[in-house]
Amino acid sequence: MTASIATGQTILVVGGGISGMTAALEAAECGKQVILVEKTPTLGGRTAQLYRYFPKMCHPTCGLEINLRRLKGNPNVRVMTLTEVTAVAGSRGNYAVTLKVAPRHVTENCTACGDCGKAVTSEIADAYNYGLGKVKAAYLPHAMAYPQRYVIDPSIAGTAEGEAAKAACKYGAVDLGMQEETVQLNVGAVVWATGWRPYDANKIQPYGYDRYANVITSVEFERLADPHGPTGGKILRPGDGKEAKNIAFIQCAGSRDENHLRHCSRICCMASLKQTQYVREAWGDEGKSTIYYIDIRAIDRFEDFYQMVQKDATVSFVKSKVARIAENKDNGNPVLHGVDTEGYHRYATEHDLVVLAVGMEPEVTGVKLPDDIILDSSNFIEGSRDGGMIGAGAASSPLDVNRAVQSATAASLRAIQVIHKNAATENA
Amino acid sequence: MSDLNTQAVARYKNNFLREVEERVEEGDMVKMCMQCGVCAGSCPLGPHWQHSPQKIFMMIRAGKREEVLTSDSMWMCTSCYNCIVRCPRQLPITHIMHGLANYAHRLGIAPKGQPTREFAKTFWNNLIKKGRVNELTLTLAHYFANGIGPGIQIALNMQKIGLGMVLAGRLNPMEIFGGHSVKDLNGFHAVLAKAKEIEDRKKGFSA
Ligand SMILES: Cc1cc2nc3c(=O)[nH]c(=O)nc-3n(C[C@H](O)[C@H](O)[C@H](O)COP(=O)(O)OP(=O)(O)OC[C@H]3O[C@@H](n4cnc5c(N)ncnc54)[C@H](O)[C@@H]3O)c2cc1C
Ligand code: SF4
Ligand code: SF4
Ligand code: SF4
Ligand code: SF4
Repeated sequence: MTASIATGQTILVVGGGISGMTAALEAAECGKQVILVEKTPTLGGRTAQLYRYFPKMCHPTCGLEINLRRLKGNPNVRVMTLTEVTAVAGSRGNYAVTLKVAPRHVTENCTACGDCGKAVTSEIADAYNYGLGKVKAAYLPHAMAYPQRYVIDPSIAGTAEGEAAKAACKYGAVDLGMQEETVQLNVGAVVWATGWRPYDANKIQPYGYDRYANVITSVEFERLADPHGPTGGKILRPGDGKEAKNIAFIQCAGSRDENHLRHCSRICCMASLKQTQYVREAWGDEGKSTIYYIDIRAIDRFEDFYQMVQKDATVSFVKSKVARIAENKDNGNPVLHGVDTEGYHRYATEHDLVVLAVGMEPEVTGVKLPDDIILDSSNFIEGSRDGGMIGAGAASSPLDVNRAVQSATAASLRAIQVIHKNAATENA
Repeated sequence: MSDLNTQAVARYKNNFLREVEERVEEGDMVKMCMQCGVCAGSCPLGPHWQHSPQKIFMMIRAGKREEVLTSDSMWMCTSCYNCIVRCPRQLPITHIMHGLANYAHRLGIAPKGQPTREFAKTFWNNLIKKGRVNELTLTLAHYFANGIGPGIQIALNMQKIGLGMVLAGRLNPMEIFGGHSVKDLNGFHAVLAKAKEIEDRKKGFSA
């Protein structure tokens, strides 16, 4: 149990994705004390799992790097990874928060030299690659991980392998005895920047994500295109490792659907338009992308990006929500069945690989939140009625990175206002 | 009969969508269709009929009254419910299809001789006579719908099944002589008459 100096003047930010980092930094740079908690071993959130990001097609490294540099230079933010909020009591200006910190089994002494990883043989699913590959049970989550510290998976902590990892560490950084801790804090305001998760594609039965190896999700496709991904950046399909050149993208997979997510996830049209350019990058004129859509929603200035993709001869558009997918047993190709809305033509079209543009659902769906938090009809966080808790980024609405950052800045300002009012009453 | 049709045209002018909303079962859900195509692609009969539900809903909005109501497409629906379970907008597609068929029939402009329609008529006439379905006379009427020759042929083909049903007590040969009725046949007819009166009032068929 670590004693904490947090007070009613402190802002707690839950979730260390691009939104949480932004909210924390904006407040810290205004001189506020901030605690940033993240449940995984690293900051960065799902942005770090993209290959490139629209509209400028830069790598997520750049955006994250700037934020990490700001973070390292700012003594006002305390980062706690592997930490979750288990309870929040109190109200605006005066919250008692309970945190649960999971053991990393590696201390601050770690230099990320990697020797422990070499000493270990057992492997676990690679969360960074959405389980498409495996990592050693002593691992660095990814190249950009912050903090740059290894993690020893609890599954080997009490085993001979754990001991081997400890023996391999020249810096005495492995601590197999670390236990789960509970931490109590007092804070004045809470920003919920818990982000999103991809909608469970198994629930979309007619598309056979659970049955056909060559039907994957958009988040998995990001990893296939990324040199840091499981295929080293080659677009190879999971079923047989064959080069996937003729790729279908199915829009609104789980979104805008009364049987799944009611809302439009807002970024997935842009995500697929972007991903057609991964296909072009990989295969040049030999690649072929087909987008099956209800209507393309490229909001505001993204229209330019849409027009750019429309001019690309390797990309075609079919106005139709695919009805179902079957599989050609001879070659493992998914076969898309449907009727197009422009002329009502029936099609049965084969592709090498199908990418489901899955919707964004709030990460906190199904998680117990404080009672006074208000959610919208899709479980996105609006905040508490008294304004002491504020939703930010993709936790509050399905947003792209740019809009998530704007939302986080706004949330940060509101949290600062709560703290200021607090200070005024405390001094009165 | 076609009086009703003329009245409807006069009443709704070119607003076929409103006509469907007011007079067709679940017709007010037609406007919720977002033309995604899932129902069209999911219908097992899709390749065999002229207009899919998706297309019918667009035609309604486009005011193609004649083409929709005289079409035999909605008579092809087998009520498999594939479309309903998949429709992202949860339109009660099956019910709308049957509603349209029923409405066209009511106006007297449904396609003549369409087999589903003919069978539905035979079934209905059989049902209202005694308040219960007389399986024997219904079956025979159905077999002989296309004339004596084909009727005998089907009857011969189905002989074994018929005999099996008689032996199992599922089919009583004596039913050929009119068959038995529900206990209160007059009451049953009164119920039907009242239901029709209510429906006519609701849908604006009567003043
Ligand atoms: C296929 C796909 C492609 C995309 N491509 C682009 C693109 O090219 N350009 C673009 O602008 N946007 C893109 N997006 C959207 C982008 O991913 C989001 O805008 C961005 O991730 C939002 O960041 P965030 O910090 O709000 O949420 P997240 O990235 O989800 O971060 C939330 C963080 O909170 C943590 N957390 C969650 N719950 C808790 C808890 N209870 N306690 C502690 N921590 C918790 C999570 O572990 C995570 O680290 C894409 C989305 C998809 C689906
Ligand atoms: S825990 Fe030790 S061996 Fe492992 S990466 Fe860190 S410093 Fe290296
Ligand atoms: S952004 Fe596009 S793909 Fe995503 S839910 Fe909205 S319309 Fe569908
Ligand atoms: S599935 Fe539903 S929304 Fe889609 S075209 Fe059919 S009726 Fe319209
Ligand atoms: S219920 Fe009717 S319209 Fe719907 S899929 Fe089945 S046959 Fe087609």
